[in-house]
Amino acid sequence: MEIKLVKDILEANEVIAAQNRAFFTEQGVYVVNLMGSPGVGKTTLLERTAEGLRGSRRMAVIEGDIATSRDAERIAAHAIPAVQINTGGACHLDGNMVRGGLGQLDFGGIELLVVENVGNLVCPAEFNIGEDAKVMISSVAEGDDKPLKYPLMFQVSSVLLLNKVDLLPHVAFDLERFRADALKVNPRLEIMPISCSTGEGLDRWLRWLEERISAQGA
Amino acid sequence: MIRGGSRYNYKVHEFAVAQSLLEIVEQEALPYSGARVTGITLRIGQLSAVVPDALRFAFEAITRGGIAEGASLEIEEVPLRIRCHQCEEVFTVDDPFMVCPRCEGSDVEMVSGRELEIRSMEIEDGDKAR
Repeated sequence: MEIKLVKDILEANEVIAAQNRAFFTEQGVYVVNLMGSPGVGKTTLLERTAEGLRGSRRMAVIEGDIATSRDAERIAAHAIPAVQINTGGACHLDGNMVRGGLGQLDFGGIELLVVENVGNLVCPAEFNIGEDAKVMISSVAEGDDKPLKYPLMFQVSSVLLLNKVDLLPHVAFDLERFRADALKVNPRLEIMPISCSTGEGLDRWLRWLEERISAQGA
Repeated sequence: MIRGGSRYNYKVHEFAVAQSLLEIVEQEALPYSGARVTGITLRIGQLSAVVPDALRFAFEAITRGGIAEGASLEIEEVPLRIRCHQCEEVFTVDDPFMVCPRCEGSDVEMVSGRELEIRSMEIEDGDKAR
C-alpha cells in the first residue's frame, strides 16, 4: 500500500529552529549564524568583533566544535559569555544542538549572539538554527573558486566576509572573479573584504552589526 | 586508514538527514501495526547539500533491524529552475547562478532546486489500527 506524503525531511529541525527564533525575539537578541571552513578565521573574527563592540554592545557566543573547547576558551578570554557545544562528530549545528546551548547562557542584557558553526562549507548551509542572518566567512588563502564549488552556502548567506585580504599580494586570488561569481550565485549578497590581522574592513562589519542590533532592540 | 567504523561515518550530514527521514517514516507507519516499509520516494534538489549515494548508504545503515530495513530509496533529483521576473519565464539552469540566462538580469527567484522532500512510502503487511 502506498502512502502519499509531501513533507520536508528536515521539518523537525525547522520546527525547533522556529522555537529558537521565537525565544531570541522575546529576548531582543540579534542572532548571527557564522559559517566557514576550518582555519578561515571564524574565532579570530569573533575576537575582533568582541573588541570592536566592547563598551557599546553586549555579545555572547555559542561555539560549535566537533570535540574540543579551545574556541570557547579563546572567546571567554575576552570577557564574553561563551558556551561550547560539542557536536560529537556531527559536521554541523542544528536547531536542537543550539537549543541545548541556550540554557547555559544568561541572556540578561545580551544584544548579539553569534553562533560559530562547525568548520565546513557544505552541511551547515542546510540546517537553520533560528538565526536572524547567516554570515559566511571565506578567505583569499582558500582560492577564488569557492562560490562555484559550494554554491548553497553562498546562496543562503546575507553577508560574505572575505578575510585575509592583507595576503592578496602573496596569493593567486582573482578578487573580481570571486566577487562576480559570488554575486551570480546570490545577487543580494553583501560582500565585505576584511583582514582580521590588520583590521582592514572591520569597521564596515561592525557598522552592519550595529544597524541590525539597533533595529532588533527597537 | 579509516578507523572507528560507524562513528566515523556519522560525520557526514547525510546521516542526520537519514535519521530525520527515518523518524518521519516510523511516525507515518505507526497507525499500521506490524507494517514493513518497503519503498520510499524522495525528491532532492540539485542545489541541496545532500549527495544521494551518501544518503542511501546512511539510510541503509541506520534502518538495520527496524521496520524500514531493506526499503528501497527512489530518489528523484530536481533540477535548479529559476523564474525571471523581467522575461516572465522559467528556466532550467545547469550552473547555480541566480541570473537569467536570457536577459542576464538578476531579478529572479528560485522555483526548484532546494528540495529535501519525502513524497510517498510503500508499506506491506500492515493492519490499519481501528
